[in-house]
Amino acid sequence: MSDSNTIKKQSGFTALLMRSDGAVSVVVVLLGFVFATLLVMLVGRNPAGIYKALLQVLTGFNLNNGKWNIRYVGDFLNYSVPFVLCGFSMAFAGRAGLFNIGGEGQYIIGMTVAQLVALTFPSVSVLHVVTAVLFATLAGAVWGGVVGYLKARFEVSEVVATIMLNYIALYLSRIITIAIPGTNTYKTVNFPETASLRIGFLSNLTNGSALNAGFFLMLVCVLIYWFALEKTNMGFGLRATGFNKEAARAAGIPVISSIVIAMAASGAYAGLGGGIVALGSFRYGRVISGMDNYGFTGIAVALVGNNTAVGTLFAGLLFGLLQAAQPIMQANNIPKEITFIIQGLVVVFISLKTGLRLFLQWNEKRRNNKIAEKASEGGR
Amino acid sequence: MNIILGMLPSVLMIVSPIMITAAGGMVSERSGVTNIALEGLMAIGAFSAAAAHVLMESSVPGSVWIALLIGAVVSMLFSVIHAYAAISLNADQTISGTGINLLANGITIFFSQILFSADRTRPYKIGMMPGLFGIYPTAIVAVSVMLIIWFMMYKLPFGLRLRACGEHPDAAASVGINVRGIRYFAVLLSGFLAGLAGGCLVLTETIQFTSNTINGTGFISLAAVSFGRWNPLGVSGASLLFGTAVAFAIYVVNIPALSNMLPAEFFNLLPYIITLLALVVFSGKNYAPAEDGKPYINGAS
Repeated sequence: MSDSNTIKKQSGFTALLMRSDGAVSVVVVLLGFVFATLLVMLVGRNPAGIYKALLQVLTGFNLNNGKWNIRYVGDFLNYSVPFVLCGFSMAFAGRAGLFNIGGEGQYIIGMTVAQLVALTFPSVSVLHVVTAVLFATLAGAVWGGVVGYLKARFEVSEVVATIMLNYIALYLSRIITIAIPGTNTYKTVNFPETASLRIGFLSNLTNGSALNAGFFLMLVCVLIYWFALEKTNMGFGLRATGFNKEAARAAGIPVISSIVIAMAASGAYAGLGGGIVALGSFRYGRVISGMDNYGFTGIAVALVGNNTAVGTLFAGLLFGLLQAAQPIMQANNIPKEITFIIQGLVVVFISLKTGLRLFLQWNEKRRNNKIAEKASEGGR
Repeated sequence: MNIILGMLPSVLMIVSPIMITAAGGMVSERSGVTNIALEGLMAIGAFSAAAAHVLMESSVPGSVWIALLIGAVVSMLFSVIHAYAAISLNADQTISGTGINLLANGITIFFSQILFSADRTRPYKIGMMPGLFGIYPTAIVAVSVMLIIWFMMYKLPFGLRLRACGEHPDAAASVGINVRGIRYFAVLLSGFLAGLAGGCLVLTETIQFTSNTINGTGFISLAAVSFGRWNPLGVSGASLLFGTAVAFAIYVVNIPALSNMLPAEFFNLLPYIITLLALVVFSGKNYAPAEDGKPYINGAS
């Protein structure tokens, strides 16, 4: 903030927006909902359906028939896991000044490796699922790290490289999964019980939802993200690289390894997300024909969360909420794609953030000038 | 030989939308604005064209062409968002592009649900009819678009100005060129062409618009722009290469010798691997427009 002095003089809402990225995110999300509500009204549907669905997913309470079922809450928390992890995938790279569109590919690779390990490794209790998750994370880290290396060593644009790797991951996943014995055109045989992330008492607690151990892994990852970036030398080097690459280089920070580490960590997060979805939400491996879009939506999650640990967690929960509410919205006679529209609008509005700030600055300046003019007139 | 000749119409059918989109993407990047929204804009164009065609086909003659135009115009209107964010507000161009891609996912299927009460448009009876030798007219559209763009960029003073805006906007502005105006034109043109390409794709390759219709074609076009080194000949060649690889992946089941040896997905993989390798091989020498992706701020330097 170069002009913090002028910002201090401003008051109220404008000042809050200038100062706090969090406040901007809240405003942007609200704007997204407002526009979506207007759109739904415009096409002649009742927007109350959106909010009823969101309430039902958030609390388990169905306003339409007054019934309460905690299963919705469990499913909502489970849906949030890949959003949060893919959000951190974007955020990790973002902190180092990189734009990781490759979350999707890293997620797919993690998912594929988890499925492969689940179906081919010996079925030993606990050890099996732990190996599967670890391998998924590692595979994601390699998939992301490659991009970091290409960026640092050959100056290959990480945006184009990650887009390419997304599609390479998609088709590679099909090739690998189809090659597993017993696979038909869209799914593999069922995983052995030892490869599942589901825990009996969690499912019982939430009335049979898909909530599983992955949720707690995700929470641990939030802590790790916060600690690694804010409290370690590596995190400092990474953030310094993001703020100003040349200055960081001059200060003796190993910029190249920072970039590789950032991309590898990004990949690890998305890969873990893929592993958790494969082993937690599904009982069999999938031969995917298209993308799950968690990786792409992760970009929006990180943008809304401003790449911070807490912000990204909440943004991921919000997006999980929207996703979980989709079928209920559809039942309430509102096309479920309204949630994608909300997500898209949020990102578009965030991209306008710099513009909004410029406008507010300009507006403030004009007002100050007017006040100054009046003051000088009055003095005369 | 017969197989290759038999493949030709489908290769051209698949190449055309890639080439049209890439032509627009190239113009946008040469003027200094990265347009990662091509994927989403194609989807919007494809949906609008498919929807317009379904609603008009029984009543309006020549509705295919009107539908194409509608698709292109609607997509151009959406590209205004990207242009405004990237050019007037100096926003991060990758973010606003990603925003449009996400928005397109939602808005196309949302309106399918409103118009046709399904997560896809109603299938039309007859799409675009192939012409001579089974080749669709979209191939002619694609080649003409590329020729016009080439002529505009290299034979007209306007093209010189446009390229200057991507290489050194301050220098361009100092000789009286309206940098923002030209960038607006370039982004809107790329939006128009992406929409046109989306329409061409949906009216030739399938019978309706679904969420899987575009499936990465816009991103392939984006790659074709980098792989073709930002010039018309290179971009045309890259589009042809990528399109052929995509067509081959579909066609390979007819060639048992190959399909027994390699999975069809291998051919789907090829264009992306080639692009990635090309990016590494061509690294160091910088072909990209110098100021591509950077906002232009008056008197910044």
